[in-house]
Amino acid sequence: MNMQASQATQEQQVPEMAIHTRDLSLWYGTFQALHNINLDIKAGRITSLIGPSGCGKSTFLRSVNRINERLGYVRIEGTIDVNNQNIYDEDVELVQVRKQVGMVFQRPNPLPASIRDNILYGHRLHNRDRKYSRAEEDDIVEDSLKQVLLWDKVKDILKRKATELSLEEQQKLCIARLLPVKPAVLLMDEPCSSLDPKGTAAVEELIWELRGKYSILIVTHNMAQARRASEECIFMLMGKVIEHADTAELFVTPKHKETADYIEGRYG
Amino acid sequence: MQQAQTAISGRLPDIDQRDLAWYVDKLLQFLVFIGGISAIILIIGIFTFVTIEGFGFLLEGFSFKEFFLSEWWEPTDEDEPTYGILALVAGTASVTGLAMIVAIPFSLGAAVYIGEFSTGKTREALKVMVELLAAIPSVVWGFIGLSIMNPLIIKLFDVPVGLNVLNAGIILGLMAAPIMTSIAEDALKAVPDRYREAAEALGATRWQVIYKTVLPAAKNGLLGAVLLGVGRGFGETMAVLMATGHAINIPGSVFDSVRALTATIAAELGETAVGSEHYQALFTIGIFLFLITFVINLTADLIVRGIRKS
Ligand SMILES: Nc1ncnc2c1ncn2[C@@H]1O[C@H](COP(=O)(O)OP(=O)(O)OP(=O)(O)O)[C@@H](O)[C@H]1O
Ligand SMILES: [Mg+2]
Repeated sequence: MNMQASQATQEQQVPEMAIHTRDLSLWYGTFQALHNINLDIKAGRITSLIGPSGCGKSTFLRSVNRINERLGYVRIEGTIDVNNQNIYDEDVELVQVRKQVGMVFQRPNPLPASIRDNILYGHRLHNRDRKYSRAEEDDIVEDSLKQVLLWDKVKDILKRKATELSLEEQQKLCIARLLPVKPAVLLMDEPCSSLDPKGTAAVEELIWELRGKYSILIVTHNMAQARRASEECIFMLMGKVIEHADTAELFVTPKHKETADYIEGRYG
Repeated sequence: MQQAQTAISGRLPDIDQRDLAWYVDKLLQFLVFIGGISAIILIIGIFTFVTIEGFGFLLEGFSFKEFFLSEWWEPTDEDEPTYGILALVAGTASVTGLAMIVAIPFSLGAAVYIGEFSTGKTREALKVMVELLAAIPSVVWGFIGLSIMNPLIIKLFDVPVGLNVLNAGIILGLMAAPIMTSIAEDALKAVPDRYREAAEALGATRWQVIYKTVLPAAKNGLLGAVLLGVGRGFGETMAVLMATGHAINIPGSVFDSVRALTATIAAELGETAVGSEHYQALFTIGIFLFLITFVINLTADLIVRGIRKS
C-alpha cells in the first residue's frame, strides 16, 4: 500500500534520494561488517562505491535488496529507505523490495533457461494477477533487450539457452531482465570484473546509457572505471564510509587522507 | 643448478638393485589392479553363467511368443508344462509402478526439505537417518508387510487377503525411497547457488525459487533418482516374495495378489533338478531381469553422471 503510494508520487516528481540510510550497522554472526553507515544516494545518478577488499562494499550493496538475509546469521540495525520507504519495516514485503531494487552480480548469473524466459522471469513473478499475451511478452522482451543494446545480436536466438551466450552478453542480459519490472534502483557488484576489456567497455557504456532512467549504485575495484563511469563516488574503509562526493571532486581533491592514499594506490 | 650437475656427473649407485620395497610396490599395484577390474570380471562372469544355464531352454524349448505373451506359468504341469511370464511381468510391473507412486512424492519431498530448507545439525541428522533407512535389510521390510500391513489392509479395506499389490507396492516404495532421496538430494545440491540467488534477487519466494528454478535445473538428476528406484523395484526379491501373496495373476486391482519375476526364481529354483527344462526356464527369467535392470541402471547412471560433468 505504502509502496504504491510512494510509487505514484514518484512519477510526478522523482524523489531526491534513491537510497537513504541511517546508522546502518550489520553483523555476520558476531563480526561487525558495517559501522553506522549514513548515506544519501541521489536518484537518477550513477554512484560508485570503492574501497579496499573486505571493506564491506558488497555487504552494503547486498543489504539494500536484503539478499543478505539468505544467510541465516546476518543481523542489521538502523534503517535503509528506498524511495522514502524503510525497507526493513516489519510490514514491508521482501518481494516488493526486490521489485524496486534490482541486482547485477559479479559473475553473470543468467538462469538455465532460454533468453526469453530469463527476461520474463521477474516480470512473470511480479505480475501474477494478469495473464500477458504472447505479443505483449514479445514487446517486453524486445524493449528490455533494446535498452541493453543486445536486441540485434539475439533477436533470432531468443529460444537459445542464456547460459550459452558470451560472458559480456550474459551480463547485459542480467541487466536487461531487471528492467521489465521497472525498478527504481539498480545495484551492481563489480559487474565487469569477469569480463575482458572489450566486454568491460561495452557494459560500462551500457551503464552510462541507463543513467537518468535508474538510480545506479555500482561497486568497483577499478578506479579508472569509477572515475569515468560514475557521477558520484563513495569511499569505504573497514566497514565505514570515509568520503562521499562528486566523482570529479573526490578524485581530484579528496578531503580525507585515507581517500587520497587509496586512490593513489597505497592500499593495494 | 649446481646440485643437478653433481647428481648427473656423480656415479649412480646400485641403479639396478631391486629391494623389498620394489617388490611390495609391484605386488600392491597388481592387487589394486585386480580389485579395480573385479567389477567388470564379475559382471561378465555372472552374465555368462546365467546365460549358459538358461541356454538349453533358449535353444530348444523356447518360444518367444509363449514366454512373453502367455500368462500361464505352469512349469510343473504333468502333460504340458508352459512357461509364460506375462503374469509375472505384470506382477513385477504393477508392484514397481505402485511403489514409484508412493516413493516419488516421499523422496522428492524429503530431498527438497533436506537440500533446500534444513540447515546445520538438522540436515546432518536427517541425512544420517536416510542412510540408516536405506540399510534396513529387505527381509525386515517383508516381515513388516506380512505381519503389520497384511492385517491392517484386511481391516481397513475389508478384503480377504492383505498380501497383494497394495501391500507390496507400499513396502517397496518405502524401501526405495531412501536411496532415491539420497540421489535426488545430490541432484539438488549440484544446482549452483547463484541460480537461487539470481532468482531470489529477481523477487522469487523460496518456494518459487524451488519449483521454477531449482527443480527444472535438477530434472535430469531427479529422473536418474526415479530410474534407480525403478531398477531397485524390478530387482527386489525378498520383500515382494513375502508381501505380494505370491499368486500368479494379472492384477485387476491393487487388492489382487500377484507374483514377481524375482520371487518366482527364489521360490522355485531350489526345487528343480539342475539342468532340467524348468531350471533353465528360471535362468532365462534371470537373463531377462538382468538385461532390464542393467539397462535401467545404466541409463540412470549415465543421466546422473551427465549432470556431474556439466
Ligand atoms: N557471508 C559472510 N559471512 C561472514 N563474513 C562475511 C561474509 N561475507 C563477507 N564477510 C566479511 O565481511 C567483510 C566485508 O566483506 P565484503 O564482501 O562486503 O567486502 P567487499 O568490500 O565487497 O570486498 P571485495 O572487494 O573483496 O569484494 C569482510 O571482512 C568479510 O570477510
Ligand atoms: Mg565484494
